[in-house]
Amino acid sequence: MRIFGLFGRKKKSSATAARERLQILISHERQNRLGPDFLPDLQREILEVVKKYVAVRDDQVSIRLDREGDATVLELNVILPES
Amino acid sequence: MAIVVTVTSGKGGVGKTTSSAAIAAGLAQAGHRTAVIDFDVGLRNLDLVMGVERRVVFDFVSVISGEASLNQALIQDKRLEQLSILAASQTKDKDALTEDGVGQVIKQLADMGFEYIICDSPAGIERGATMALHFADHAVIVTNPEVSSVRDSDRILGILQSKSKRAKEGGKVYEHLLITRYDPVRVDYGEMLSKEDVCDILAVKLMGVIPESKAVLKASNTGFPVILDTESDAGMAYSDAVARFLGEDRPLRFVTPKKQGLLSRFLSGGD
Repeated sequence: MRIFGLFGRKKKSSATAARERLQILISHERQNRLGPDFLPDLQREILEVVKKYVAVRDDQVSIRLDREGDATVLELNVILPES
Repeated sequence: MAIVVTVTSGKGGVGKTTSSAAIAAGLAQAGHRTAVIDFDVGLRNLDLVMGVERRVVFDFVSVISGEASLNQALIQDKRLEQLSILAASQTKDKDALTEDGVGQVIKQLADMGFEYIICDSPAGIERGATMALHFADHAVIVTNPEVSSVRDSDRILGILQSKSKRAKEGGKVYEHLLITRYDPVRVDYGEMLSKEDVCDILAVKLMGVIPESKAVLKASNTGFPVILDTESDAGMAYSDAVARFLGEDRPLRFVTPKKQGLLSRFLSGGD
């Protein structure tokens, strides 16, 4: 493999792949870290309340926090079963 | 007031203990009175790397539990007058490290006139590691140019910035990045993350780059902090890193491949 390197033939290196994967992963993980500590608890409790009235699965409720300028938006998505 | 420097990484096997021993010895060599504490309760190894394993009678946990005084437990290094070592317990449970207990030991060391207290953190994010992080004024993040190590380092940075004593009091911990096991030849071939990549991703000021070196194993085999091997590349790189920590401006060494002839490049083959 190194012989090709000598003649300047380079395909995308594994180090480049590592850098790109890390950049995506770490920015995602930092986003989660910046959220308040109560978010997982809030999600769990909301789920319990929703479940009292509608039969939904755990994965049908999602909650996220987005920052838009000065405001923080709490977004709650509940997918209700049909019928 | 003593300065607490925590050597941490999240991931195991990246060189925390080697780096703790080197940094502590380097600071002592520079004339600063330094204590180095092993926080890895149950799996102590700093004593071995420092070559004092046969002199451990009391340890960190026996001081916290009141079985021994700090003076009895501190091991004075025979090579460097300014350096003392506090070993971890081999038998006790890691929950033996209480916040009050650890805080008191650090305060006592400061009262005894130690200028630097180096905390060698265990891997992971359990008690020993969080205790070592909690009291940090400075943190040395030891990272290998490898995906899991970089990710874990970022996780540790998050904990430092939210859970450490300084962070909780509204201040911040000074962060220093130490890249270890760096292989400039592999970086050149695109097989390893470069120091620039790691610095960009973690956004922490670079304190030093330690090359992958045979001297590190040789040093731990003989219980000799590698920084004292002044002929070795790793020893010199650690000396530079400590000097930078103390505010000196030194250029990086051992970060570009040694010049090789065309023939030897062919012969070195692919691996």
